[in-house]
Amino acid sequence: MDMKERMSGNEAVSYAIKQINPDVMPAFPITPSTEIPQMISTYIANGEIDTEFIPVESEHSAMSAAIGAQAAGARSLTATSSAGLALMWEELLLAASNRLPLVLALVNRTLSGPININCDHSDGMGARDTGWIQIYAENNQEAYDNFIQAYPIAEHEGVHLPVMICQDGFITSHAVENIELLDDKKVKKFVGEYKPEEYLLNPGNPVAVGPYSVSNYAMEAKKNQEIALENSKAVILEVAKNFKKISGRSYGLFEEYKTKDADYIMLIMGSAAGTAKQAVSELRAKGMKVGVLKLRVFRPFPAEEIAEALKGCKTVAIMDRCESYNGNGGPLGSEVTSALFRNKVMIETVNYIYGLAGRDFTVDEAKAIFKELEEQDVSGRKVEQYKYIGLRT
Amino acid sequence: MDNYSLKTIMNKPERLAPGHRMCAGCGATIAVRAVLRGLNEGDRAVIGNATGCLEVSSFMYPYTAWEDSYIHNAFENAGATLSGVETAYKALKKRGRLPENETFKFITFGGDGGTYDIGFQSLSGAMERGHDMVYVCYDNGAYMNTGIQRSSATPMYADTTTTPVGKVSNGKMQSRKDIANIMAEHHIPYVAQTTFTQDFKDIHKKSHKAIYTEGAAFLNIMAPCPRGWRYETSEIMDICKLAIETCYWPLFEVENGEWRLTYEPKKKLPIEDFLKKQGRFKHLFKKGNEDLIAQFQEEVDRRWEELKCKCN
Repeated sequence: MDMKERMSGNEAVSYAIKQINPDVMPAFPITPSTEIPQMISTYIANGEIDTEFIPVESEHSAMSAAIGAQAAGARSLTATSSAGLALMWEELLLAASNRLPLVLALVNRTLSGPININCDHSDGMGARDTGWIQIYAENNQEAYDNFIQAYPIAEHEGVHLPVMICQDGFITSHAVENIELLDDKKVKKFVGEYKPEEYLLNPGNPVAVGPYSVSNYAMEAKKNQEIALENSKAVILEVAKNFKKISGRSYGLFEEYKTKDADYIMLIMGSAAGTAKQAVSELRAKGMKVGVLKLRVFRPFPAEEIAEALKGCKTVAIMDRCESYNGNGGPLGSEVTSALFRNKVMIETVNYIYGLAGRDFTVDEAKAIFKELEEQDVSGRKVEQYKYIGLRT
Repeated sequence: MDNYSLKTIMNKPERLAPGHRMCAGCGATIAVRAVLRGLNEGDRAVIGNATGCLEVSSFMYPYTAWEDSYIHNAFENAGATLSGVETAYKALKKRGRLPENETFKFITFGGDGGTYDIGFQSLSGAMERGHDMVYVCYDNGAYMNTGIQRSSATPMYADTTTTPVGKVSNGKMQSRKDIANIMAEHHIPYVAQTTFTQDFKDIHKKSHKAIYTEGAAFLNIMAPCPRGWRYETSEIMDICKLAIETCYWPLFEVENGEWRLTYEPKKKLPIEDFLKKQGRFKHLFKKGNEDLIAQFQEEVDRRWEELKCKCN
């Protein structure tokens, strides 16, 4: 039976894992994702699930063991944050290039240094070109729903790629909110059994994984991987459609909140989208035409769809919860402006860097951003194209 | 096992096919074939492999020399990768997704770079967790795949490309790490050190025991590299014999905490006998370097006495 509950984001993802009961989970603790392996271990200790948990000695080994298990024919996953994801980096590339549909619960936390345990997206963004599908959540409900959709996307025959399900550290992972949980049987049926075509433990059909590939072959492997990532866009939408049938909840590549007639749109990802929506509601009440585009799927990057969604507005505020140290803006700033240019959508953009290392992002700040966009548009006030907000003065 | 016959075991089907690209006379493939002969026919295996000569030369897309399922992941994680595979086996067995009568064994190979150095943490973790697997180090005493750079398995005074002998250098300044001892200190059920003997009995028995001992097992196999050690390829068996007879490479095993020498030379030969056959130690035989050999001998003696002490 579906039920209403109160849960943190970590609890929600752990609950989804419990309902799926995957075969193997290697993990190493790191704040703020530690609760996930703890909760799974507790489910196992109480006989509620029979997943094999491997208490590895590092995140590098967590991803290495997950790759081994998945290649062997077991549905596998791990969870991590920040430096843990950075330590896995080499292995993230191998999971994707070996076309292994494993899942990683990422609880976003800033990368060192300085060392800091709070949220920004620098960990996920640092892994943005590793070949993984990346799906971001605004709240615990989305983290739960996204996790349930992860395996059907990853294991789809046209995809065979790993999926990272991301939620904001502490803000989502530790805040307790209302949530609607699906019936166990519904989830099991939706996710289904893992039936790999080729795997190490297939008796009588040995397979070799992880070849040395000379230049005559390696480029095709990389291109095929890219094709799979492109294919995943349609699969993500198809899985979302099926998910709506069992949950009543709709998901797309992104969510458009009051954008249809908006002059100014804030493009944002993760928990701060909720803050942005509140600002939009307040400004709409005063007659300002503003909206929010909340990006859910960052990889594959829905460039055309974003350009199409933004083409009617005057200015877009591109919100990056990550510095990319290129001297030219954040990762979303670079990718969104490139999407607009490539699709000949010549609107104004301002790339804001906000909320690094857990710095609060407030409704007032979101409102001030919309006002700044309006001033730039109406009175011609010059606004820097790439700027920080919320810095100490 | 007591009715061991070299002829019988050599007639077992090869599980590493010919046609791979390893050098002629390479010790690594001799080690691999010897270990795989330790598998009972009919048992399946998943072979793991750290990046290194063995991997890049035996599994070059679209060809593989491995008759069994095989996984190469990266350089530093052969231990962790195979622990994932072994755990998957447990999960699939438990959940009835593998036929009950199918037995898989798990063996992973790494060079000394992938074992003593970059893969040390991953190996230690896998052994401590007690996965039912064998980690086999083919120890050729340097990073041979990248061109003979020193490792922590390189013996003292060896000439390598990162410890080159020069006007003010006599090669590597440190003596080697004792990996078999370190693995034994993990208190795993089985650890052994071996190399190639005339009848291949020592390596065969230890491989079989390692594979069929429940839990984590570690084998350290001296696998000479003619390129790195600079000797004639035909001399490999002599080199191995001298390594054993000089007690440079003692043969022993540690079974459930019990240390045992599996061979004790009747008359220990001087270390020069082992060193002088190899180009990497040529400089030690220059006039004036006698004390370096004496130091080398002293270290060999010290370790041999320590080992004998453990084995008594």
